[in-house]
Amino acid sequence: MVLKGAIWAVGLAPVAYLIVGFVRGSLGLLPVDTIILVEGRWALVFLLATLAVTPIRRLTRWNRLARARRLLGLFAFFHASVHFLAYAGIDKLFGLVAILEDVRDRRYITAGMAALLLLVPLAGTSTRGWIRRLGKRWLKLHRLVYPAAALGVLHFYWKVRADTFWPLLAALTLAVLLAARSPAMAPRLRRGQRSPGGKAG
Amino acid sequence: MVIRVRRSSQVPSSEITPESTYLDRRKFLGATAGIGAATFLGRGVAAEETPTHGDEEPNSWEEITTHNNFYEFGLGKEDPSRNAHTLVTEPWTVRVDGLCAKPGDYALEDFIRPSTLEDRVYRLRCVEGWSMVIPWRGFPLADVIRRAEVEPRARYVAFETLWDPDQMPERGWKPRIGWPYREGLRLDEALHPLSFLVVGLYGKTLPNQNGAPLRLVVPWKYGFKSIKSIVRMSFVRDQPRTTWSSDSPREYGFYSNVNPEVRHPRWSQATEKRIDGGRLFGYRRIDTQFLNGYADEVAHLYEGMDLRKHF
Ligand code: HEM
Repeated sequence: MVLKGAIWAVGLAPVAYLIVGFVRGSLGLLPVDTIILVEGRWALVFLLATLAVTPIRRLTRWNRLARARRLLGLFAFFHASVHFLAYAGIDKLFGLVAILEDVRDRRYITAGMAALLLLVPLAGTSTRGWIRRLGKRWLKLHRLVYPAAALGVLHFYWKVRADTFWPLLAALTLAVLLAARSPAMAPRLRRGQRSPGGKAG
Repeated sequence: MVIRVRRSSQVPSSEITPESTYLDRRKFLGATAGIGAATFLGRGVAAEETPTHGDEEPNSWEEITTHNNFYEFGLGKEDPSRNAHTLVTEPWTVRVDGLCAKPGDYALEDFIRPSTLEDRVYRLRCVEGWSMVIPWRGFPLADVIRRAEVEPRARYVAFETLWDPDQMPERGWKPRIGWPYREGLRLDEALHPLSFLVVGLYGKTLPNQNGAPLRLVVPWKYGFKSIKSIVRMSFVRDQPRTTWSSDSPREYGFYSNVNPEVRHPRWSQATEKRIDGGRLFGYRRIDTQFLNGYADEVAHLYEGMDLRKHF
């Protein structure tokens, strides 16, 4: 499927860019910092893209889009993990004390950590087998993507020092995506939609 | 003391080549009694050789000039080196005002000429947790303060960076910190012999991204205290408002002395990334020293003060 191919390409491109950049020495004097920034941004982009699937599908009636959602969500988790591993592994050399101190003392890290931890069970239960096994509970569990996205945006907002443009844009995007699912908006968006595939998430 | 004069053997010849030095462009090095040209050629000048940076090697010109925080030219570390070419440093006027007998607008040349330029190698510790060792060229801030004949009532010096949107095009959204950038020192801090006004780097003209044509360097404080591209110095009675401490008072105090004991809500200050091009990830992690290693020289300024409260 072309759509999935495109998502794979976009999803892997940042990592390819970072690897090539690291080898060429073009990531600045502190390449770890660049890796953390780039991967954090892509984690958030994929997280918001995941949440955009259902509203866009309802608006455009492009129902096949729903099939892309799992892949988008997994790429969000992938970039958040690389982001975290660059921070924890390279910057902190897996120093548990230093990391826990950061999580405790620095609210933007607390929020980021919470966001990542919320994504872990979602990624872990993304397979067909788990969807079947959990049934209705799967839908409930996967609503955790909303607090995860909110914490991701908060993490970004708290991290930024001077230029709040991007975190505020991310917050606005999240707000629009959430509003599009509110009961008030849903019927309007759902008009004309035939397939009952509108799962939460 | 603290001064180290670089010998020519320590610097690759490419870095000594005077392509566009103050020597050519402004001639005030030549006008400075004797020392300018001699220092410039790397010959020993009357200056003691006990370096306050220990035996740490200075970072390279490339490193020092491509990794900068100068938000007027963008928020990324490499933005200033790409964007600051639009800064016009000639002519440049420094306004001296406030509580002093000799206020006035000074052409940069006149502001510098009475002083003797020295080369000093200082550590620079950024509040973000990275650090470098940098060979500056400049003169003591105390020179200027003495010449201004400050009134006894004055207790602080306030500094201002140029703010000119034509030269400093804001990219994208307006950052929420207000311009112009402001900094300040207590008068006794400013008079301390380590406080340095800088016009050069590696014996060459200070590049725009490093704060040309005139910047402050206060090596025992976090880097943002060392204000760049200074257009104004005011002697005042009350502690002046400074940019970062007004923006986030919880994070940045007026003093902002380097102190591994004082927690920062954003970055751990216990250790630092010393930029080191020889390492795989570009840095060595080292312990941060109290007052950035200058405690012997400056700790007495803070005797009796609770540095956790006055962070
Ligand atoms: C879903 C999870 C997460 C998302 C979406 C996310 C997203 C982001 C974003 C967008 C940025 C800012 C990039 C920029 O300034 O342009 C960022 C920065 C950062 N994040 Fe995360 N993050 C997540 C989890 C984490 C976790 C778990 C940690 C560590 C425990 C973490 C540590 C950091 C750090 C240290 C920075 C700042 C890097 C710097 O200032 O140089 N993040 N993150």
